Amino acid sequence: METVKLTIDKREVEVPKGTTILDAAKSISIDIPTLCYMKLEDLNYENNPGACRVCMVEIEGRRNLAPSCKQECLDGMVVHTRTPRVINARRTVVELIISNHPAECLICSKNGYCELQKVAYDLGIREIRYQGEQSRFELDRSASMDRNMNKCIMCRRCETMCHKIQTVGALTAVQRGFDAVVSTAFEKDIAGSTCSYCGQCVSLCPVNALSGRNSQQQVLDVLADPDKVVIIQTAPAVRTALGEDFGFEPGILVTGKMVTALHQLGFDYVFDTDFAADLTIMEEGTELLQRVAKYQAGDPDVKLPLMTSCCPGWVSFVEQHFPGQIENLSTAKSPQQMFGAIAKTYFAEKLGIDRNKLVVVSVMPCLAKKYEASRPEFAVDGNPDVDISIYTRELARLIRYANINFSELPDGDFDHPLGKSTGAGVIFGTTGGVIEAATRTAYELYTKKNLEKVDFEELRGLAGVRSATIDFDGLPVKIGIAHGLGNARKLIEEVKNGTSPYHAIEVMACPGGCIGGGGQPFHCGSMDVLHRRASALYREDAGKKLRKSHENPYIQQLYKEYLGEPCSPRAHELLHTHYFDRKEQLGLTVLTDK
Amino acid sequence: MATYSNYILVCTGTGCRASQSEQILQNLKATVEKHGMQGDVQVLRTGCFGFCEKGPVVRMIPDNTFYTQVTPEDTQEIVEEHLIKGRQVKRLLYLNPETNEHILDSKHMNFYKRQYRIALRNCGFINPENIDEYIARNGYIALGKAVTQMTPDEVIKVIMESGLRGRGGGGFPTGLKWQITRKVQADRKYVVCNADEGDPGAFMDRSILEGDPHSIIEAMAINGYCTSANHGLVYIRAEYPLAVERLKTAIQQAKEYGLLGDNLFGTDFSFDIGIRYGAGAFVCGEETALMHSMEGLRGEATVKPPFPSESGYKGYPTNVNNVETYANIPIILLKGAEWFASIGTEKSKGTKVFALAGKVNNVGLIEVPMGTTLREVIFGIGGGIKDGKKFKAVQTGGPSGGCLTEKHLDLPIDYDNLLAAGSMMGSGGMIVMDEDDCMVAMAKFYLDFMVEESCGKCSPCRIGNKRLHEMLQKITSGKGKREDLDSLRNLAMVIKDTALCGLGQTSPNSVLSTIDNFYEEYLAHVQEQRCPAHQCCELTQYFINLEKCKGCTLCARVCPVNAISGDRKIPHAIDQQACIHCGACIEKCKFKAILVR
Repeated sequence: METVKLTIDKREVEVPKGTTILDAAKSISIDIPTLCYMKLEDLNYENNPGACRVCMVEIEGRRNLAPSCKQECLDGMVVHTRTPRVINARRTVVELIISNHPAECLICSKNGYCELQKVAYDLGIREIRYQGEQSRFELDRSASMDRNMNKCIMCRRCETMCHKIQTVGALTAVQRGFDAVVSTAFEKDIAGSTCSYCGQCVSLCPVNALSGRNSQQQVLDVLADPDKVVIIQTAPAVRTALGEDFGFEPGILVTGKMVTALHQLGFDYVFDTDFAADLTIMEEGTELLQRVAKYQAGDPDVKLPLMTSCCPGWVSFVEQHFPGQIENLSTAKSPQQMFGAIAKTYFAEKLGIDRNKLVVVSVMPCLAKKYEASRPEFAVDGNPDVDISIYTRELARLIRYANINFSELPDGDFDHPLGKSTGAGVIFGTTGGVIEAATRTAYELYTKKNLEKVDFEELRGLAGVRSATIDFDGLPVKIGIAHGLGNARKLIEEVKNGTSPYHAIEVMACPGGCIGGGGQPFHCGSMDVLHRRASALYREDAGKKLRKSHENPYIQQLYKEYLGEPCSPRAHELLHTHYFDRKEQLGLTVLTDK
Repeated sequence: MATYSNYILVCTGTGCRASQSEQILQNLKATVEKHGMQGDVQVLRTGCFGFCEKGPVVRMIPDNTFYTQVTPEDTQEIVEEHLIKGRQVKRLLYLNPETNEHILDSKHMNFYKRQYRIALRNCGFINPENIDEYIARNGYIALGKAVTQMTPDEVIKVIMESGLRGRGGGGFPTGLKWQITRKVQADRKYVVCNADEGDPGAFMDRSILEGDPHSIIEAMAINGYCTSANHGLVYIRAEYPLAVERLKTAIQQAKEYGLLGDNLFGTDFSFDIGIRYGAGAFVCGEETALMHSMEGLRGEATVKPPFPSESGYKGYPTNVNNVETYANIPIILLKGAEWFASIGTEKSKGTKVFALAGKVNNVGLIEVPMGTTLREVIFGIGGGIKDGKKFKAVQTGGPSGGCLTEKHLDLPIDYDNLLAAGSMMGSGGMIVMDEDDCMVAMAKFYLDFMVEESCGKCSPCRIGNKRLHEMLQKITSGKGKREDLDSLRNLAMVIKDTALCGLGQTSPNSVLSTIDNFYEEYLAHVQEQRCPAHQCCELTQYFINLEKCKGCTLCARVCPVNAISGDRKIPHAIDQQACIHCGACIEKCKFKAILVR
């Protein structure tokens, strides 16, 4: 490998050709501060506009300072990262950024996590010499996220994520000069844009320009209401990450503490979305087998591959960008919505109360789930199946609010009947997990044989697009998996062109799947964190006695008492849904059909 | 082919057209025909003559009589007196303001006699809408010579040896740029002509495209041959409709003549040219921003490297040159590198076109050899300062340039000297200021432009320029403090040091150069709350000189806020609280009785 030698702060360093000064400096423990720069190697994500101008360094012989994030190391270069000239420039630039940023750190939900705050602290900025007019943008609230562009520092990370990785293209820089800001096409509200609510922009925003919709007060209000029975469901990915907000290492499961905390917060019943995940498998697995059977019988109208529909970000993406493929989506509702539907019927009946008295709260790793819960088709006479959806970080804040010392909590157990799950439901939280869970059940339903080895290693991992063929006793079932919408686009383009080789496709909109959701504790794109979260889920699955959804006794009881068979008319009524062509609704046809 | 003994050249550049030169042209043609002289006299539409101060301009050939400020009504007299009776129309001749004498022909006008027109060689001389006229002036011979008799490397060698540097502002050696693009391997390359002339006041690119579009087409084809590019693109602002029209006409004619298209001059070199329109953003003159704009993306700069020569339009190697740079290419190939290199200074060869504007007598477009002094340009060609006022400063390089002063007047103009003096060549704007101009207000004016034109990508330019502007606003309204000057300087330095592209890096030049050269003036603003040039209206007071005032009441009637009162034939008075310093009274007062302090 070709290398170059240079001097950084009087120290010699040899790095591979093509290395930036920023990385070369890092290799000798010099951490040059940055604001816009972000590289997530495993995601192939690089936001490197060279725009914030915080990482400037002095290179001998050059007239101007150079951005270390962009400047490649050259042989013999002499670089200074901490001369008075550099420090003054860096401080002045950060002062300028702060001069157009609301000084409301104390009441900002990013307080303590804000990268601008950290850079300002490290530079010891104590006064802002340059003050003047500040940006005044209207707050944009949508079902899932808020945009407060007065806080935007134009790092463009969100734009890169939305455009390059997710290929959603909802966010872009608009206007010029001091008015420049990241916005949507024609500066519409997020709700009127092509946003799929995946929330990945929120997880990368260094400040609090983009944030998840805050529903904590609503939760506190219903908990305080004596006339309501309040239950909560917790998604699988939450338990692997919640601990991180309380100082636990990533990948430490805090299921028991979480359940105790929720009981202490005052929820009447603490249930598990994993239960509904098992239920989803029953419906979706059966649907897959039905479609395959129809296909084998020569039905020309059957839509294959079947695409999973658990992820609301993905569903939005299909509805907006590929309306022609909505019939490939499984009609099965997502676990969150199945849970809501069952809770407000089956469970409400068990309690003997009206559905209006029962409040279903969900805690999800996801921002899109808020939007999903608000979709009108998931309500009966205006009463939603899921009343309030909060995300992992919100739950952590609620726990803090209630003065609960999380790390010292004893482990608690989920309530029944909607709290029992199998290992299959647990792995729903990571990419490949849904399809692995479905395979376990579909295999046994199709072959009528016992599946000995339930671990499908070939479906696991964090590669963006994966595929595997599973032998269903002579029937080779071809499976495609993608996480991240950009990867998903590759698979759905094949479906659109009629070249897709798969029977079933699993998609999760967020890189890594739900474990990397937009509502999770900020992982700053660290694949290591995602790996650890995923392996925690697989560990929990491996430790479970029951690992196939159809073996869940409470699921069996539910079908026996209430639903009949999977995909029965009753099951269809409660557990299945339909999709819409949103491309036309948003008036996007002309724009994107070119 | 018809031959004529007389030609009437009518400037139909944008400036003269705005003063009815099209009508003048039609009237002249009609009058010539009326007298049955159409076989002997040809009335010609040309591009810009450069002497816009006195437009519309009509020039008679062969005697070079130069008629200024012609109106459509003058045309009959020109034909009947000049052509039929052989008598010059004296009242239309240029009047030398120094000697008050009429100048008989253009060769004796100071404005022209000190110029050396290379890039503008055909402007104001040929009909830009007729390819034959360009060919008659040795047009397309350089292209033919290049593709049939020279290798690309030989052509590049000539350009390198000529010492030609980019005329768009940066001054990068043109030949070197071509060579870099040539060396990059790619299955497709582009050459781009940057006609996004954004400097307010500069119009040399427009004039060349309006007056001599074929020279650009020819040069781009030569550039394509040298860099193995078969596609040329002209990025031109949509606000230049006439230039666009003439360029389109020229491209069409060149195609018809086989000078664009496949197998030029029977070789296997093919070249075509397309047009891309800009929406007039100043930053899109920066080559990376230009590239993004052509691609249909947001016009904002990206960090270099990669340079366009490596990865440009749609990721292909792209050679970008400015209009004026291209205009020099054909003639260099015809006359040789040595000829070109013999003009100019050691490191800046050839000539440079300047758009001379501001408080100077002869406003217009001029071309002088590199190394000409500012004094020669301003006082020689420009005819000195208007209304006998005192020269104060000259801003070179457009809004991103700096202000030079009296002490710089004998500085030979070239890239390096201007840079060393704290200004720049830029695209060649040159704005002259006199004693009535406040330098702080001037800096604020240019900053205002920069704040408008920043793309908003990098923090120092997006926010820093805004803050600079706000500080200048504070200072010019008398609210500045002594410490502000240090903060102002620091901020300007940091923006220059840290901004992403050329726009940001040069945006504080007007502030820095005025602080350096006119520090006293800044001090007066912040320490005494006084504007020495009486321009910053919040720092000025208007008084009536009681001895001069005749009590005519004109000022009182014109004052928009009724701040002036007084009875007829009795000296008036100004209410200082009410006065908004608009200056309307000064304009009206016939007795110069109103004073500004």
